[in-house]
Amino acid sequence: MIALIDYGAGNLTSVRKAFAAIGASVFVPASPADVEPAAGIVVPGVGHFAATRALVGEWVEAILARVGEGRPLLGICLGMQWLFEGSDEAPDCPGLGVLAGRCFRLGRQEGATPVKVPHVGWNAIEMRRESSMADGLRTGAQMYFTHSFAAPVTSDTVAVTEHGESFAAVVQHGQVAGVQFHPEKSGEAGLQILRNFVELAK
Amino acid sequence: MLSKRIIACLDVRDGQVVKGVNFEGLRAAGDPAELARRYNAEGIDELVILDITATLERRRALADTIGRVARELFIPLAVGGGIRTEADAAAAIEAGADKVSLNTAALADPALITTLASRYGSQAVVVAIDAKQAGDRFAVYARSGQTPADRDATGWAREAEDRGAGEILLTSIDRDGTKAGFDCALTAAVSSAVSIPVIASGGAGTLDHFVEVFTRGRADAALAASIFHYAETGVRALKQHLRERGIAVRL
Repeated sequence: MIALIDYGAGNLTSVRKAFAAIGASVFVPASPADVEPAAGIVVPGVGHFAATRALVGEWVEAILARVGEGRPLLGICLGMQWLFEGSDEAPDCPGLGVLAGRCFRLGRQEGATPVKVPHVGWNAIEMRRESSMADGLRTGAQMYFTHSFAAPVTSDTVAVTEHGESFAAVVQHGQVAGVQFHPEKSGEAGLQILRNFVELAK
Repeated sequence: MLSKRIIACLDVRDGQVVKGVNFEGLRAAGDPAELARRYNAEGIDELVILDITATLERRRALADTIGRVARELFIPLAVGGGIRTEADAAAAIEAGADKVSLNTAALADPALITTLASRYGSQAVVVAIDAKQAGDRFAVYARSGQTPADRDATGWAREAEDRGAGEILLTSIDRDGTKAGFDCALTAAVSSAVSIPVIASGGAGTLDHFVEVFTRGRADAALAASIFHYAETGVRALKQHLRERGIAVRL
C-alpha cells in the first residue's frame, strides 16, 4: 500500500486514479500515525511552498521515520521541491531537507533566457544518469509541467528540463525521489514513472 | 523547449458530444469517452469538455461524463460551460477535472477566480474570454457572446492574471465557426499583455492557421473542435506540419 499524503495542497483525485490504473493500491492516512504500514510514501501537491508548513512537525517525523527504515518516498511537483532545504517562494518555511539545494523562481537567475512563467505545458526531459525511478524513460520524452519555482541541478539530478534555464525534472537519492512534472498527467511516460516507484516500494 | 499545445474541445450535451462528430464509427455514438480515447491515441495534448446542457440534472450528468473521460485518460482535462459557483467547480474537480474554465461567472464575480485559485491552485483556474473586434480594441462579451461586458480583452486578461488565473482561453467571436483562421491580432495583444499561457480559439480551418497563431499570434496553445472531427485533419498530421515549420510540439 502506498500512502498518499493529503496536506490540503491541491486535489488528489488524479494521482489516485493514475495509481489505480497501474494496479497499485493507495490510501490517504488520516493522521501521521497512520503512515506506519505504508510500503511507500507519495507527497503530491500544487500551489505555494508555504502550504507545506502543514507538514512540519508530526508529519515530517512520521515520513522521516519511514524513510529511515528504507521505505521509498516520492515527491511530485511542489512535493518534490519540499524534499530540498527550502524555496525562495517561502524563505521562512523549511523544506524536508533530505536533498541538498534550494528551489528558485524560473527566469530570475543570471543567464536565464526570458520565457513565460509559470512554465505550463509539455516539455522534454534530458537524461543525465540512470536511476531506478527513470527506468524505461529516454531523453526527449515529454512530460506535463505546471510550476513557477524549480529545483537546482545537483548530483541527485537524474533528468533535467529546459525552460529559459535548466532545472531538475527527476531527482533520486537512494530511496528518495522526486519529479517536477505531473506523472499522473503525462500520458504513458508518466505512468511509467509511477510504475517504477511502485516497484521500488515492493 | 516548451511545446505548443494542441487542445481538442468536446461540446457535450446530456452526456453526448454534439458538434458535427464525423469520426468513422462514432457518428451515431457521440460518446465523449470514446472520442477522448481516439484523440488521446492521436496525441492530443489536452482536452476541454464544454458542457452545454441546460437541465436540472446537469451537474450529475456532467460529473458522470467527466468521470468516464478522466478514468482512463492521463493528460490534462479542463471543464467549462456553466461553472457558476464554487460548488460547480468543486463538483467538476472532484469528478476528475484538472482545471475549470470560468467565463460569465468570472465577469459577474471576479473574486470567484481568487477563491478557486486559493482552494485548488492557479493551475486549476482558466479564465475564458470571448472577444470581438471594436475599432482598434477588443471588446469582451458574456453569456456565450450575447452580452457586452463593458471590458477590454487585454485589460480583463491582466486582471484575471492578477486575481489568480493560471491560463487564459481566448475565443474570437468574429472568427468562431468561420474556419477563416484564428484572430492573430487579438491573440498577440492578449498574449503580450500577460505572462500566463494564452490558448487561442475560434477560426481554425487549415493546418497553416495553427502555424500563424503560434508565430504571429504568439499563442501558447490552440484549441479547436470541429476541425479535429474530420479524419483528414488528424492531430498527428497537424503536429507533423507544425514540426516541419520549426514549431516545437509533442509527437
